[in-house]
Amino acid sequence: MKKIIDFTVKQNNRINEDVFLLELFSEELPDILAGQFVNVKVNDSETTFLRRPISVHDVDYKKHLLYLLVKIVGEGTEKLSKLKKDELVNIILPLGNSFTIHKNSNCLLVGGGIGIAPLYHLSKDLYANGSKPDILIGVRSKLDVVLEEKFSKYANLYYTTEDGSYGEKGYPTNHSILKNKYDHIQCCGPLPMMKAIANYAYKNEIDCEVSLENTMACGIGACLCCVNDTKEGNKCVCTDGPIFNINTLKWQN
Amino acid sequence: MAKLITNLNGLELKNPVLTASGTFGYGLEFEDFIDLNDLGGFIVKGTTLNHREGNPYPRMAETASGMLNAVGLQNKGVKYFIDNIYPKIRDKQTNILVNVSGSTIEDYIATAEKVNELDNIPGIELNISCPNVKEGGMTFGTNTKSASEVVNAVRKVYHKHLMVKLTPNVTSVIDIAKAVEGAGADSVSLINTVLGMSVNAKTRKPDLSTITGGLSGPCIKPIALRMVWEVAHAVNIPTVGLGGIMNAMDAIEFLLVGASAIQVGTANFIRPNITTSIIKGIDKYLDDNNFSDVKDIIGLI
Repeated sequence: MKKIIDFTVKQNNRINEDVFLLELFSEELPDILAGQFVNVKVNDSETTFLRRPISVHDVDYKKHLLYLLVKIVGEGTEKLSKLKKDELVNIILPLGNSFTIHKNSNCLLVGGGIGIAPLYHLSKDLYANGSKPDILIGVRSKLDVVLEEKFSKYANLYYTTEDGSYGEKGYPTNHSILKNKYDHIQCCGPLPMMKAIANYAYKNEIDCEVSLENTMACGIGACLCCVNDTKEGNKCVCTDGPIFNINTLKWQN
Repeated sequence: MAKLITNLNGLELKNPVLTASGTFGYGLEFEDFIDLNDLGGFIVKGTTLNHREGNPYPRMAETASGMLNAVGLQNKGVKYFIDNIYPKIRDKQTNILVNVSGSTIEDYIATAEKVNELDNIPGIELNISCPNVKEGGMTFGTNTKSASEVVNAVRKVYHKHLMVKLTPNVTSVIDIAKAVEGAGADSVSLINTVLGMSVNAKTRKPDLSTITGGLSGPCIKPIALRMVWEVAHAVNIPTVGLGGIMNAMDAIEFLLVGASAIQVGTANFIRPNITTSIIKGIDKYLDDNNFSDVKDIIGLI
């Protein structure tokens, strides 16, 4: 069941120049599946009229904590980055479908930029189901590498950087780790990267899920603004997604 | 506890709060947040004779105090609605209206005829004001001749409450309102979205696939209030006011200028439980200001 909850900010930590980690508390925290998202109300922002859909980075049910890893991309996320301890944030959650949790499988997660955010929640669940994943992360440079230690608890990490300052130089699609044989790929990041990974998966006949982030208004399937063109017609990213198996998409080159 | 019942030409609402078509899905999407039975009624998504895919993505652009949409009446057609949606909502203890749209007069007639058969749908809202479709929609609602033609034709086959939704994208909304009244409308609702445009200067491209779209949200409220005030004083059928209502005070403003009921639209996207607080807020306002009946404030201005 979806809820509207006022969360209390416990911590707001700046991870690097434009990424921050929000730790939010509520006794009413509902169960959230890996890949689901929340819709966050931004207060006191002239240009932010709609809520901001943000993927769930992590959940701590014992402590009733929700974690959001957010990149500043506009005025809405800029305002959220300034939230202070004990301030309230109004959030609708949980929204959307979820990643498949494969048991005892060989899984590759691919994250581009801030697309790594939901992959932490996912790798924790995969790890708990006997599928410690490899995570391939593509970023611009070493400066964009965040939370490496945290992620490595549940996954094996591999990096590409565009400038070659960390890991292999280039993009995730060029990384040598793709020579390994995987049962499943799960991917979140910029559209061109996800399309490239999807085409690698189509070609090699690997099961693959991607997380889409079309602009949306309501987040609950009412406005039909966030649709994605699929083999079954327009589907709402907010309710039919955000996770789509690539076999339902028209992405094959 | 003031009396909240309002009457739209025979269609009785337990309170004046309806939800606007296209912002409330089929009601079911909101059941985690509100009890649908609390509403005066809800108006389901624009329904056409045949399945429509709507316009390509991107269909939405956020604006200052509002948003533009260009959904383009995506829906699975009236038959799908009757077979798959109606059974799930028919027993709700509230008024469910179907928003009916079409590309041709024949489409409107055929859809209205089918909806007329549904026992638990006491009315339709005839959409002659959608700005996001190439044929039909707003083209019917922008001149008096075509507006009265389509209303006349539907009136012949539709025997329950016929509400007609008007567009603000006209020179004189009063003329259109009078025309549809003359053609047999039982009430008018206004305003549909205001035709607008959004451009991304960085990419030097329009934000919407259709270039233009319909503006909604609090940015259009002053336009809506003015038009509701004009129409409510010009026609003898009830007026239903909508456009940027975000809270109870906004709703009360529409009642004051003459709306017999109101619709909450875009606000549902941001606060999916907002209708409940608007109903409570109207009640409190009436109590606080010593009005015993909501009818006492309708048209005070």
